[in-house]
Amino acid sequence: MNAVANIQAEPLLRVQGLSKWYGHVLGCRDVSFEMRPGEVLGVVGESGSGKTTLLKCLSGRLVPSSGQVEFETRRHGLTDIYALSEPDRRRMQREDWGFVHQNPRDGLRMRVSGGANVAEPLMNMGQRHYGEMRRSTVEWLERVELDTSRIDDKPRNFSGGMQQRIQVARNLIHGPKLVFMDEPTGGLDVSVQARLLDLLRELVRDLGLAVIIVTHDMAVARLMADRLLVMRRGEVVETGLTDQVLDDPQHAYTQLLVSSVLQI
Amino acid sequence: MSSASRPLIIVEGLAKTFVLHNAGGAVIPVFERLHMEVRPGECVVLSGESGVGKSTLMRSIYGNYAPSSGSVRVLHDGDYTDITQASPHAILDVRRRTLGYVSQFLRVIPRVPTLRLVMEPLLDNGVDPDEAEGRARDLLSALRLPERLWALPPATFSGGEQQRVNIARSFIRQYPVMLLDEPTASLDAENRAIVVELIRGALTSGTAMIGIFHDADVRDAVATRLFPVLEFKVAA
Amino acid sequence: MTEASPPANLAERYYNYAYLDEQTKRMIRRAILKALAIPGYQAPFGSREMPVPYGWGTGGIQLTAAIIGPDDVYKCIDQGADDTTNAVSIRKFFAKVADVATTEDTSDATIIQTRHRIPEQSLKAGQVLVFQVPQPEPLRGLEARETETRAMHAYEEYGLQYVSLYENISAYGRIAATAGYPVMIEERYLMSPSPIPKFDNPKMDDNEAILLFGAGREKRIYALPPHTRVRSLDFEDYPFEVQSWEENCALCGAEDSYLDEVVLDDAGNKMFVCSDSHFCGERRKAGHSGPMAGHQLDQTVEGNTP
Repeated sequence: MNAVANIQAEPLLRVQGLSKWYGHVLGCRDVSFEMRPGEVLGVVGESGSGKTTLLKCLSGRLVPSSGQVEFETRRHGLTDIYALSEPDRRRMQREDWGFVHQNPRDGLRMRVSGGANVAEPLMNMGQRHYGEMRRSTVEWLERVELDTSRIDDKPRNFSGGMQQRIQVARNLIHGPKLVFMDEPTGGLDVSVQARLLDLLRELVRDLGLAVIIVTHDMAVARLMADRLLVMRRGEVVETGLTDQVLDDPQHAYTQLLVSSVLQI
Repeated sequence: MSSASRPLIIVEGLAKTFVLHNAGGAVIPVFERLHMEVRPGECVVLSGESGVGKSTLMRSIYGNYAPSSGSVRVLHDGDYTDITQASPHAILDVRRRTLGYVSQFLRVIPRVPTLRLVMEPLLDNGVDPDEAEGRARDLLSALRLPERLWALPPATFSGGEQQRVNIARSFIRQYPVMLLDEPTASLDAENRAIVVELIRGALTSGTAMIGIFHDADVRDAVATRLFPVLEFKVAA
Repeated sequence: MTEASPPANLAERYYNYAYLDEQTKRMIRRAILKALAIPGYQAPFGSREMPVPYGWGTGGIQLTAAIIGPDDVYKCIDQGADDTTNAVSIRKFFAKVADVATTEDTSDATIIQTRHRIPEQSLKAGQVLVFQVPQPEPLRGLEARETETRAMHAYEEYGLQYVSLYENISAYGRIAATAGYPVMIEERYLMSPSPIPKFDNPKMDDNEAILLFGAGREKRIYALPPHTRVRSLDFEDYPFEVQSWEENCALCGAEDSYLDEVVLDDAGNKMFVCSDSHFCGERRKAGHSGPMAGHQLDQTVEGNTP
């Protein structure tokens, strides 16, 4: 994407001192960072490191115990998303964001067709012309490399990799500025994983999307992310350019994490 | 270009030490107090035995390794950007437009065909796709990579073929500064000669280069001066 | 009622008038008032156990019980007919527990309880139409979580309802939903009209009568005060339209009423007749006749007994 223009751009997302406690149990602590339009941020760490808690707090799904998540909203500029009224926050989530779940069942309506799943965000934004929505849906099914003749099939009739591509189309069709991805290739076979990752990589670049991708897979992180947050026990222990963090990790935990990856 | 023009790279007081936390905190010093300036048209070849830290220096300049102290300033958009201090997105911008890197190995991305891989640096800089494809085709032809391979991802290519893809990708647009880490390692004599021509061409048009060349013939053909990394080795 | 002296056992007779106790009726009336104040909003109420199973009209019966008085004239229809088992039973029930006059005549009734139809004859100011509702939540088939559907109503997030219409067009080339077709109330609340045919949807718009909807099992009451704007959802390129038939009513010849298909024999012979039995009977009394007038079914329909 056009990084030339984005280098000086205002932050799209600004996170300050974000902490989440579940009673006495720590979810994540004192996380701060900024993101610019078009940036891809990877959040890595092992299970239980607080990645998912952080993602939920960032995406407006879990109220943090303290700290702020500010997003560049259309109407109010850079605003604390938890200070918005609930309808305003929901509208922002619907119009400006996407969220790709690890399990497509969490991100798709299994009772309605793949095509309607993809078109729903348009209807949520007020489109009321069936023919136009149908055209956009076909376009998007093509972009995610799905057979458009299967537009009216139910998600359960698609393979896991195809379901995930329907989910991707559903989360991009409305032109979001920021997309959250929670282990988007987690439940897939390796070959299917590679194809989806490559597709995601191309789409992210072509659309100039900002993405926050949570993964425990270092190969996914390297392929997708511009920079990384490494989390351990709820805290960010290292952050930096993806290849620098992976090739010259500074923190003991990151060194362990990187050296634990099997080489083939 | 005259040597009086501004250096494109200024390395000052650079030191790199690895600390292996999971090996009992072992400390491995590589170099320290390292100074270097490279001006347009210069090709500085890092010299020294294997293990002396040539690749580590190269990667530190590229921002791939985090130096322990010192600065690496690259002339970018008329100002010097310190790679050791810059934010990730600033480094990515420097890499996208100013600082090219040819490694020994190609990092293969599954499914992306060779032609597309070679075009990418142009597309990233906003070049029209048709024009980018034309230039990629010309370059791959010049490097004598069989056309039947262009539509395939390079994962299954031989070492020499992958290396040529890598070189095409790095030379398809002119970076003001280029880092070359054994770019001719797996090439035969004819292909080495082609790469030497590419390097000379870039130097003539003002690119500043820092290189590591195992092959003495290639080194002699392109080097404007040698830079012995050993001089900055940390005293044991 | 005549000026004759009231029955001697009045107090005893009106103890728990209309089956429900006074506190329950007050609670239901409060819910009705709230529902009328916010047209299309599903007001919760403490639905009581009724002497019929859920699904047989417990919501409608409770609404009727809460608003009925001795001076009311009560009509009850099921699928448009006054003479089905359920309609007859509920009518008898209120004749007994509320001591009201009953009628099959739409224009005479003050309260009309209905399942699945709106009478063909236009309603007038002063009348109340009580609907029995199995599922008050129009979004339920698409979103199972009550917390989520409530939020959707609160914030007017109705994109999801269009998903079902979209699915319809994808599958059938048109919006094929025929009953329970969702409507927008005063451009604010999405509402299920209960399983009436969409043929009846336009009758709700700007109606002079009060329309009350009661869902006993789901414990919800919603309402449309007179002259409420009711719009059936549609797409720009697939506008809302009602069912139409090539046939006319076989008995009364009506061209513009909602027709039921009646299979006559094993040979597949069939006839189409008005689903609104009173409407059909009135027409025949007035001399209208259809192609199968005089058929034996004619005898069973009120209004044509010799």
